[in-house]
Amino acid sequence: MRHLPAEPPAFFPRGPSPLARLALFGLTSIALLFVDTRYHYLEGIRSVATTILYPVQRAAQFPGELLSYVGSYFSTQRALNDDNAALRKQLVERSAAAQVAPAAQQENARLRGLLEVKARHMPAAVAVEVLYTSRDPFAQKLFVDKGTDADIRTGEAVIDADGVVGQVTRVFPYMAEVTLVTDKDHSVPVKVQRSGVRSVLYGAGAGRPPELRFMAPSADIQVGDVLVTSGLDGTYPPGLAVARVATLERDSGQMFARITCAPVAGVDRSAYLLVVGRPAAVPPRPEEPVDAEVAKKAGKGKRRAAGSP
Amino acid sequence: MVLPNIGQSAGPAPEEILRPVRPWFIVVTLALAFVANLLPATGVALALKPDFLALVLLYWCIQEPRYVGVAVAWLVGLVMDVGDATLFGQHALAYALLAYAAEYFRRRVLRFPPWQQAAQVACLLGLCAALVLLVRFVGGAPLPRWTYAVPPVVGALLWPAVTRVLQWPQRPQRSSAEL
Repeated sequence: MRHLPAEPPAFFPRGPSPLARLALFGLTSIALLFVDTRYHYLEGIRSVATTILYPVQRAAQFPGELLSYVGSYFSTQRALNDDNAALRKQLVERSAAAQVAPAAQQENARLRGLLEVKARHMPAAVAVEVLYTSRDPFAQKLFVDKGTDADIRTGEAVIDADGVVGQVTRVFPYMAEVTLVTDKDHSVPVKVQRSGVRSVLYGAGAGRPPELRFMAPSADIQVGDVLVTSGLDGTYPPGLAVARVATLERDSGQMFARITCAPVAGVDRSAYLLVVGRPAAVPPRPEEPVDAEVAKKAGKGKRRAAGSP
Repeated sequence: MVLPNIGQSAGPAPEEILRPVRPWFIVVTLALAFVANLLPATGVALALKPDFLALVLLYWCIQEPRYVGVAVAWLVGLVMDVGDATLFGQHALAYALLAYAAEYFRRRVLRFPPWQQAAQVACLLGLCAALVLLVRFVGGAPLPRWTYAVPPVVGALLWPAVTRVLQWPQRPQRSSAEL
């Protein structure tokens, strides 16, 4: 089972000692880590390396795809029929809303015209498929199958059929990295659909629900309220559903209420997503932050992945 | 397959002279382990999935320190950093330390039968995971769930099988042994 000891005796030259090599490579790694976290100089190298590795990553997808193909080949007639019926039903249910939408949009545009509010611009969208989730247990990220080839840019919002999934944080030639709304370094400016109260939804990391921080205990918010994007950041188009308020603790002894939320989108389930372009540019922020929330956001903005442009 | 070795652990395991390894075999196994690491997994599979690359790297560091050492481990770690889209240098640092620890402990590890080796491998893989945790924690990441501790254990449980598979081309053929 074992080798005969076959190494040369120590007095033959064998290069630097293992400890010296460990020190050299360890220090190089620490330097790389520092440069990567602080200065993001290495994105170009990463992009090139990712492109070279792309075929390998696709190859790793292959067994799973083959399995699901074989599985779908043997799916029964019954299952397909059921699926079809459910989808038709869904189509009819949604078509009612879809038929009303153009009329409502027109009316909205007319009213906005009367009020002389700037027209909202709904940007173009690209449909993408999830390649795989990140193996990194510290981050909530996933990879989709289109990148610069489909003109996807960093900062664009990613949604599924039900609501916001996350935001594009890195773009490579044939894929893009999406940071999910549940990631610890991700935040979305939202408002409560019912009352219009503005806030920011902060992700809390794997397995922990996202939360609304810095909300006064008296804020007009209830369990079950739907949070939609407010569009104030110029990153997310306004009006997309993000989360539903799950628990609410108003403790008058505390400065802020404890509010946790559950994402409405299939953040960890959806296989097909839509990358929505940036909304029309917002005028630049004035020099002096006018209220506390804006000041807080501007201060945090530097450190957060989702941030203001 | 492996269990009889436990019975023999009272005395020293029978010496078996292995054929010299072919360098391309090392490269191929490392590449396959890399692809295995990239296999998409979700839910329980993701929580259980060991770091195959660290496991194979550890095997070669222990068995063939003249071919695979700190430098190779560091390079392989950089490739893994790109594959995983994690911080540059995170896996590189962890694998370099793993290779150094393997070089330091290899004579001791090799004295034991596979299952007792596995216990020591669990410690080495745990060290590797702990270093990654430290690096990310310093970088501001949240603490992961307790399932973070599972993959090193699963990796150690796979160790006897990995040893068996990777040694297979080097074992003397039965026919030549009978001659």
